[in-house]
Amino acid sequence: MNRATIDLWVGIFVFIGIGAIVFLALKVGNLTSLQTTPTYRLEAAFDNIGGLKLRAPVKAAGVVVGRVDVIRFDPKTYQALVGVRIDQGVQFSKDTIASILTSGLLGEVYIGLDSGGDTAMLADGGRIAKTQSAVVLEKLIGQFLFDKASTGGAK
Amino acid sequence: MPADTIAFVLRRVGRATQNSISRLGFAARFFALVLYHSPAALRRVQLTLREVYFSGVLSLVIICVSGLFVGMVLGLQGYDSLNKYGAGDSLGIFVGLSLVRELGPVVAGLLFASRAGSAITAEIGLMKTTEQIAAMEMMAVDPLARVIAPRFWGGVLSMPLLAAMFSVMGVFGAYIVGVRLIGLDSGSFWGNMQGGIDFWPDITNGIIKSIVFGVAVSLIAVFEGYDAKPTAEGVSTATTRTVVGASLAILALDFVLTVFMFRGAAS
Repeated sequence: MNRATIDLWVGIFVFIGIGAIVFLALKVGNLTSLQTTPTYRLEAAFDNIGGLKLRAPVKAAGVVVGRVDVIRFDPKTYQALVGVRIDQGVQFSKDTIASILTSGLLGEVYIGLDSGGDTAMLADGGRIAKTQSAVVLEKLIGQFLFDKASTGGAK
Repeated sequence: MPADTIAFVLRRVGRATQNSISRLGFAARFFALVLYHSPAALRRVQLTLREVYFSGVLSLVIICVSGLFVGMVLGLQGYDSLNKYGAGDSLGIFVGLSLVRELGPVVAGLLFASRAGSAITAEIGLMKTTEQIAAMEMMAVDPLARVIAPRFWGGVLSMPLLAAMFSVMGVFGAYIVGVRLIGLDSGSFWGNMQGGIDFWPDITNGIIKSIVFGVAVSLIAVFEGYDAKPTAEGVSTATTRTVVGASLAILALDFVLTVFMFRGAAS
């Protein structure tokens, strides 16, 4: 095996290997999360965040516009404070409603943002005033049973 | 005599402990020496490239074929289990995560240890048996820089590339089974995979794992070869020790690395 042939094969090998890593990065994973697009912070207080986790997506009209950054408990108001990072190019009005939603019945939990009609926009570090907590399935079922029982008794 | 028997057993245990500790110390010193001689070896890149050819290029076929089959089996078995919960569409993320995080680096490392590691050990062991290493020392050629370090770095360079190829072939195999054979939607296969796997930390952690395994396997292979008894039996024992030791090291290191890497994901 002479030197040129070995060099050729090693070159091919390295190119296939790097190609495999690029394939993994682009096709298998989503490299978008590596991008350090400039972001700004928003905050929202929820009564109940359900199964929301760090790095969960923040979506507006179903499009991912940011990620959950911090989740902590506010001992004064007994609410959950959720900090999110929103992409710099996306602005939301002051009366935006943030709700905790689930994609599908058992899917991932995310924050949905519905922009309102206010012309003033939320600035960096702003607070989303209107929030809607996570729907807890057990409570929903409990409510349904309670309603059923009360209407049944009135009959 | 019970006292004699106890002393005998204790002496055996003591000798075994001393031997293994001194071997460990020798291996650590050997590792430091290999690193110390690496700049001299890497200055002659051709030597390392030759080893990349022997341990990397020649392992391509076994890595790619195994990756394909592991992926296809994962596709079939994963679909079978997931479909019980009506989550057959999640096959993409299941296969992708298990390959990128675990199976890619670990199985590629095990194959690498048996395909390339054993060859390295046997080659160095035989060089020692035929006194080529002693001859080099006589000619004032440092065998660590001329023989050991290029083989070590050849393995370290090849391993991450091989692991990445294994993962890609596995994903491709799962694609063949899931989309072509079972008939899942191609869009949901790739979409689920991309939605659930992040470049950071999932893929980078897999690459870090494969680099660590590459260092471990290559070091064990060159050390066992260098430490082999210069007899036919010694070389065969050393080769066995390489495969067994490297495989155990990969599995143990994998557990340790996983504990550190995915601690945040569990909570």
